[in-house]
Amino acid sequence: MKFWQALKEAIASIAGNKTRSFLTVLGIVIGVGAVIGVLSIGQGAEASIMGQIESIGTNVIYVFRGNRTEDVTNPKYLTTADADALANRARAPHILNIASVLSGQSSVRFGDESAQTSIMGVTGNYAEVIDLKLSEGSFFTESHITNRSSVVVLGPELAERLTGRQTELVGTTVHINNYPFRVVGVAAAKGGNQFSSPDMDAYIPITAMQLRVKRQNVPNAVDFLLIQAQDSNSIDEAMHEGRTLLRASHRLTSRQPDDFTMTNQEDMLSIANSITNILTIFLAGIAAISLLVGGIGIMNIMLVSVTERTREIGLRKALGARKFDIQLQFLTESAMLSVFGGLIGIGLGWLLGEIVGAVAANSGTPLVPEISLNSVLLATLFSLAVGIFFGWYPALRAANLEPVEALRYE
Amino acid sequence: MELTPQAVKPVIDVQNLTKDYYIGEIVVRALRGIDMQIFPGEMVAIMGPSGSGKSTLMNMIGCLDSPTSGDYYLDSLRVSDLHDDELAIVRNQKIGFVFQKYNLLPRIDAIENVALPLRYSEDTSNMRQRAEAALESVGLGDRMRHKPNELSGGQQQRVAIARALVNQPAILLADEPTGNLDSQSGKEVMELLIKLNQQQNTTIVLVTHDPTVALHAQRTIQLFDGLIKAPEAIA
Ligand SMILES: Nc1ncnc2c1ncn2[C@@H]1O[C@H](COP(=O)(O)OP(=O)(O)O)[C@@H](O)[C@H]1O
Ligand SMILES: [Mg+2]
Repeated sequence: MKFWQALKEAIASIAGNKTRSFLTVLGIVIGVGAVIGVLSIGQGAEASIMGQIESIGTNVIYVFRGNRTEDVTNPKYLTTADADALANRARAPHILNIASVLSGQSSVRFGDESAQTSIMGVTGNYAEVIDLKLSEGSFFTESHITNRSSVVVLGPELAERLTGRQTELVGTTVHINNYPFRVVGVAAAKGGNQFSSPDMDAYIPITAMQLRVKRQNVPNAVDFLLIQAQDSNSIDEAMHEGRTLLRASHRLTSRQPDDFTMTNQEDMLSIANSITNILTIFLAGIAAISLLVGGIGIMNIMLVSVTERTREIGLRKALGARKFDIQLQFLTESAMLSVFGGLIGIGLGWLLGEIVGAVAANSGTPLVPEISLNSVLLATLFSLAVGIFFGWYPALRAANLEPVEALRYE
Repeated sequence: MELTPQAVKPVIDVQNLTKDYYIGEIVVRALRGIDMQIFPGEMVAIMGPSGSGKSTLMNMIGCLDSPTSGDYYLDSLRVSDLHDDELAIVRNQKIGFVFQKYNLLPRIDAIENVALPLRYSEDTSNMRQRAEAALESVGLGDRMRHKPNELSGGQQQRVAIARALVNQPAILLADEPTGNLDSQSGKEVMELLIKLNQQQNTTIVLVTHDPTVALHAQRTIQLFDGLIKAPEAIA
């Protein structure tokens, strides 16, 4: 029998029993649907995270307290004194700038409107280090830092949320943690599909942060430092110099491990990548299990179908069907069933992604689910493989029936 | 024998054929040494009491089952030498089998049922036309699009005969083709078979219980307990 005829017969047979066909492939539908759905959400989230990491800039090094790979007892706090120690032109020629950051959550109020958001207490060169542009006004200066001035630069989305506008805000007053702050600038939108948008942040002098928003037990402690290297080619040198200076500043002996961690964009990207890889392996595991379960479902029904159609098989053999013809017929049927299931599953997964995306967008986290052509092709191919693999044994059983025995079957 | 010239080779040549069935310890000797020849253009009726081995013999001739011992030549081919796939080709090309229970596929219509053997043929050209011609030859040109359950028993059996003829086989085998039919439809089916034999010279072997049917055959073979009984020729 020609392949297209087998295909036609398979489709007719599947269509002739729609409810049962659908129930048969439900396992495949749910399995493929779950994987495609989670994958589309995962890829959307990955794009967000990657975008955020890339927005850091290639020549910025993050310094955190503590050591992620080695046990360190009582790691010293990072302080503004550390930042000063790093600003050493002679011993660290590859370091261009250092910014200190102390961040926290607080309320921001303008008139009757208020919002709970991230307050970034930063030094004056922060805007330069992370390449933050202003749409109006100017970023605060060293003198604001020294004077612990209550001044603020608003993120554009925050400004919009509080005041309904993004311009003509310089000179107005907002209340942060119930202290009045004078607006000196509004940041330009960073754009992109950020996970936690910096456009919702408010920036104030780090000294004002310590005074008004986040009182610290350790004087001058900061959450993290940002080191800006001369350019993206001198990252490694800048990290090396910074590490030497910080170790000295923390008075570490040569036998003590670092009590701080330095990472750059490249490191973060590779961490994000490895997390994504783990997620992918995990999903592949779910996919394998669900396809296995789905495949067993198909095998089960195909075996029932072979038994039910024993007489038909006997008749076909009596009319001249070879073993191969019978096997082809049943294999085509199980493969088509499985592929149909896979296609429905892809649709279901797409729907799942869209729903999660809509829910996320409603709750303020923009997340655009992405279904790549690759995952669609892979899902289809895997469904096909499952159909052929689990249809093999039933098809072989059908092909090996003896014509007389099969015809006599009641 | 006077009806069959010696020069013509038999289509079917069965020599000392036996068939044993084993049911646990018990051996059922369904055929105990059958010798039989059937020549092109003949119409032969096989008769005998129930359980005498008629169906068993027909299944052997139809290459649906293999004998325990003995030889069977179909169109000069030694059937026991053939592999599974070769047997399938023989069933497809040389044999048309009509069953007591029509055995039509319920999902597909008459013409598709008739075309089914063509799908398993080498030559798949003009399937539709050939199936139509076969249906017309059994007088069902106006029922092509009917599903089996939309046809009477007699019509269904005629569709089955068209299916058996569609590949122009060397021989048409019919095991109690009227067994499931009322007497009127049975008569029509028998008239069709007789017409096919007389007008188109189709070689037919059929099993029947009806002595009047047997009268139309040129020869009757009486089976009794797995053996051929008495002389072959009748009146
Ligand atoms: N598959 C089988 N297994 C065991 N015995 C069988 C089988 N088929 C037929 N027989 C036995 O062989 C004998 C001949 O059967 P069959 O050829 O069907 O007779 P008929 O068609 O003349 O009624 C019977 O005794 C029957 O019980
Ligand atoms: Mg019988």
